[in-house]
Amino acid sequence: MDVYLPIANLSVNGLFIVLLGGLTGILSGLFGVGGGFLTTPLLIFYGIPPTVAAASAATQVTGASVSGVLAHSKQNGVDYRMGAVMVGGGIVGALIGALLFSALQSLGQIDVVINVLYVVMLGTIGSLMMREAVEALRPASKSGSKQPRKRRHHPLVAGLPFRWRFYRSGLYISPLAPLILGTLVGVLTMLMGVGGGFILVPAMLYLLGMSGNVVVGTSLFQILFVTMVTTMTHALTTKAVDIILAGLLLLGSVLGAQFGTQIAMKARPEILRLVLAAIVIAVALRMLYGLGVQPDEIYTVSPL
Amino acid sequence: MIGTPNRRAAKIIFVALAAMFLSGQREPILVPEVSQSRIEVRQGFTGANLLLYGAVIDPDGTRRSTNYDIVVVLKGPTEPIRLREKDRIAGIWMNAGSSDFRSAPSFFAVASSRPISEIVDPRTAAIYELGTQFIQLSPSGQIEPEEQARFASGLVEMRQRAGLYKEDPDGVRISEGVLYQARIALPSNVITGPYTAETFAIADGRVLASATAEIAVEKVGLEGEVVNAAERASLLYGLGAILLSLSMGWFAGRFFNRS
Repeated sequence: MDVYLPIANLSVNGLFIVLLGGLTGILSGLFGVGGGFLTTPLLIFYGIPPTVAAASAATQVTGASVSGVLAHSKQNGVDYRMGAVMVGGGIVGALIGALLFSALQSLGQIDVVINVLYVVMLGTIGSLMMREAVEALRPASKSGSKQPRKRRHHPLVAGLPFRWRFYRSGLYISPLAPLILGTLVGVLTMLMGVGGGFILVPAMLYLLGMSGNVVVGTSLFQILFVTMVTTMTHALTTKAVDIILAGLLLLGSVLGAQFGTQIAMKARPEILRLVLAAIVIAVALRMLYGLGVQPDEIYTVSPL
Repeated sequence: MIGTPNRRAAKIIFVALAAMFLSGQREPILVPEVSQSRIEVRQGFTGANLLLYGAVIDPDGTRRSTNYDIVVVLKGPTEPIRLREKDRIAGIWMNAGSSDFRSAPSFFAVASSRPISEIVDPRTAAIYELGTQFIQLSPSGQIEPEEQARFASGLVEMRQRAGLYKEDPDGVRISEGVLYQARIALPSNVITGPYTAETFAIADGRVLASATAEIAVEKVGLEGEVVNAAERASLLYGLGAILLSLSMGWFAGRFFNRS
């Protein structure tokens, strides 16, 4: 089924795009991540211009996180105060990201920066997740010493001034910490077309020390708003949001997400984490390979 | 709406004869026609096949005694571009050098009845841009000529691989020494805008007559609306995209959780 994408300016196999959306949807249902980290690179491999891929993937992540936020808010799984602070940071980050984007674009280095960011981010997070998953799967070797880990925020966070109380997160910390975290993730969202869940969740757990039952919901809440701002920023500046491409991806991902949720209820969480880690590492390696090997086209054209 | 090819051919010959008698000129007359003067890029567009045809008639009203060759050059809208070249820096392939071209055609196809090198000498070919190596790209900026040439051929080769620049040495068929027809395929990734088709009648290495036809490639229907909205009503377009993703996500969540 050929579908013409008016903004990307080329004709693609519509079924393939829906399936791609479905794949990322399954991931988001399974793991609570937006799946943008997989959509953007796969779209680029398929031949969609990188800017269009990042912009449209951000739109898709919005859709993928809506039902997640709704589900978590019903179970009091969203710390709105924390979320609002992070969204505020995220919006600032998205705007900084937009400036960086156009500066790098005029230098001609946007593609390589996006690729390096992917390799570094996904490589680091993927390895950490893999190590943790393997530890968890090791048959009860250190079960005696395995106490519930004492939640503590990072000393850097504790040193920041003006403390606020975040009741649902069970924290009394400076709002600057989540603000800065939100800003950093906002920059990445704009540059990479990812929601940033794969960075936010571990950072909220291990840096801020938030209570585990609000982490995923609050992360989705931040992603929901920041991807909306990102879509808008792209629509106004790069004009690279392809609504047809986003629609096809969404169609696949909202269906896939439901399917993923079903699987998540049956599978062992340790196995799931191992699989996610393997996927993340595979994408990082593929990107690394792309950086090191001579590309098919060594020339690129940009309008003046 | 559009007559049969025979009737159109008859019309062409008639127009040619009329023009000839009216002007009384000695050069042969070339009357070009295009199968479509407008190409609509809409949903499901996978490219288009353009048929460019017409007739060449001698001033004395008969067909030419000497054989002539026909070359058709179809050119898309030109745009100023910056071409960047990747190089291996610290083990990573990244953009290094760049060169600017003020008039790079987004599409360029040459169809001829014989290989160009057999029809005209390189000088004439360069004057009339008969071939992908003769495209006038108008390079700008300070750069050494050799490097400039490398960039120019890099651009041409890249666009050849993308199907945007091409040469077809037997893309023109001449029948009865009067009528010619050329077929040029436009891929789905063409840029929209005004295209020009220039037809040249050549004999003994000399361009005897030339004529130009315009073809408009436009995005219409939903596709046209989308591009228009994205360019002109960016704010509403962005809101629309957000609303679409919110409603699809919300709807799917509601629908599946109920059942």
